[in-house]
Amino acid sequence: MAWIDLANPTRFLRLVDRALPWLTALTVFAFAYALNGAFGAPDDYQQGATVKIMFIHVPAAWLGMFCWGMMTISALGTLVFRHPLADVAAKAAVPLGAAFTFVCLVTGALWGRPMWGTYWVWDARLTSVLVMFVMYLGLIALWRTVEDPTRAGRAAAILTLVGALNLPIIKFSVDWWNTLHQPASVVRVDGPAIHPSILIPLLAMTLAFTLLFVALHLAAMRNEILRRRVRTLRLLQAQGARGA
Amino acid sequence: MDLIGSDLACVRGQREVFSGLGFRVAGGEALLLVGPNGAGKSSLLRLIAGLVHRAAGTLTLDGGDPELSVPEQAHYLGHQDALKPSLTVTENLAFWIDWLGGDRAALAAALEAVALAEIADLPAGYLSAGQRRRLSIARLVAVSRPVWLLDEPTSALDVASQARLAALMKAHLAGGGLLVAATHGPLGLDDARELRLGGTA
Amino acid sequence: MTALRALLVRDLRIALRIGGGAMMGVLFFLTVVTLMPFAIGPDLALLRRIGPAILWIGALLASLLALDRLFAADHDDGSLDLLLMGRAPVELAVAVKGLAHWIATGLPLVVAAPILGLFLNLEPAGLGAVVLTLLVGTPALTFTGLIGAALATALRRGGLLLPVLVLPLTVPVLIFGVAASNAAVVGPVPFGTPFTILCALTLTSLVVGPFAAGATLRHGME
Repeated sequence: MAWIDLANPTRFLRLVDRALPWLTALTVFAFAYALNGAFGAPDDYQQGATVKIMFIHVPAAWLGMFCWGMMTISALGTLVFRHPLADVAAKAAVPLGAAFTFVCLVTGALWGRPMWGTYWVWDARLTSVLVMFVMYLGLIALWRTVEDPTRAGRAAAILTLVGALNLPIIKFSVDWWNTLHQPASVVRVDGPAIHPSILIPLLAMTLAFTLLFVALHLAAMRNEILRRRVRTLRLLQAQGARGA
Repeated sequence: MDLIGSDLACVRGQREVFSGLGFRVAGGEALLLVGPNGAGKSSLLRLIAGLVHRAAGTLTLDGGDPELSVPEQAHYLGHQDALKPSLTVTENLAFWIDWLGGDRAALAAALEAVALAEIADLPAGYLSAGQRRRLSIARLVAVSRPVWLLDEPTSALDVASQARLAALMKAHLAGGGLLVAATHGPLGLDDARELRLGGTA
Repeated sequence: MTALRALLVRDLRIALRIGGGAMMGVLFFLTVVTLMPFAIGPDLALLRRIGPAILWIGALLASLLALDRLFAADHDDGSLDLLLMGRAPVELAVAVKGLAHWIATGLPLVVAAPILGLFLNLEPAGLGAVVLTLLVGTPALTFTGLIGAALATALRRGGLLLPVLVLPLTVPVLIFGVAASNAAVVGPVPFGTPFTILCALTLTSLVVGPFAAGATLRHGME
């Protein structure tokens, strides 16, 4: 029932308006707890304080992938169920996914500099994330090229699904390409098993980031719905003026 | 002011569209080009506008600005509306005013004259075909040029808009301007001369 | 002057709004540079050595592929007719359209180049040299491309005709752009020599491009 209720954008807007303050408060609280834990966590015996970059890097990477997963569900919603909010959700998610993936790449580069002596190596994992980032930007470009949201929504949904099918293949190919070429100089990130004193703040941070994503996504969906209403009103205005 | 063409010839893609064509339009006068499809009505208009190569003949505007060529003193209203869908109504018109050498102060009055003032801030992409046509016509009102070259100016216009266009054309003629129009139907002008192209001239 | 400034503002606005192609060039640039190592291999020493060449090829393709709608869009909606009936010379109109296109497409490539240079492990001196040569060289690419864009419009053919016509013309720019970038890193020639020639090529194209494109548009009218 709830799902059908949410199909009505007006009811959805009312729900967002009620939920958003609570969600914001919860996010702030989660960040306070997680940051406290992160700063309290011990430094790595090898990497020193730089290991703390992980507390941003790992959640950002998780959200980059999580967001594509969410967009895939939205794409099915658009193509199969014709749910009116599905392509709104997909469109609102794209810049967020791109932003978190970007944060992941930047923090990875900043982390790589002291560890590997260079900002970037063509490591399999980094490279897959870079390809995903390019695909996010492609989706943004697609949304920007077509002005009519329903037409753009269909095209973006198809591209998202193809991307979801392709991402594992890309990951696999990149792994194969990388083991073929792997230069000896690169140090793998995977250290020994993570100690609970780091693991707990990391999980808390991931939760806080996810809450942040949900809050931003709901707000972005609200903005997108309002933007579409403005567009519809202006189209009606042009139609109404026709006889004048 | 007289627009005089003599012995004009136009060749498009190896085919001679017309040759030996002459006409004279005085200030305050309208010349209607009539004739079957393919007779060269559009070609003649584009030739006067300098958009089609003149294979032979001369074209002069007596009493015009000697510093400027004929196309620089002419408005051309073609089949296309020359609008950018992502720019607003005002931005579209303001650009053509600046480009064609008009004064932006005339913008509001021109939009009023074609009854588009109330949607001045909408993107041109939201407009219907008739509204786009009217926005295109607003250009002729906003920038003062003595020669109007109109190719099927009434296409896509409803009855009220056609009447408004007729009034604008009459005002232009009363102000000493002249116009040449290709048309299949009546334009609502009282005493227009006709130039028949194609077949028996 | 008012007319030319209005044209510049209009073209920039169209490029930046929805449906415009301002960021498309950078995205293409990023994609090309990302793909290169998959073909070449992730060897950082090798990538560093050929990095300037990769960046230049990427920028070259990105700035030319974006050009084919420059006059065609104006032709299709009838704007080109009116642009030709303005009181400003066609050559200047063409130059202003080229300038707007460079600001919207070429300049972002220059800004993106150092970030992409990091992926290729370029050192600071090499990054600086590539950015400087691209800043000087991309206007030459755009203004040479104007000729192809005008030809494609006059002949009513889009797509690959433009790159096929224009890419051979960009050979000198590519040679001296990459040579100057490499000279800054490995020598043996001093940076100044190829760089000065690159500047000369750009200045030439700034003059020749608009004249050739203007003439093409004028005579392309049947």
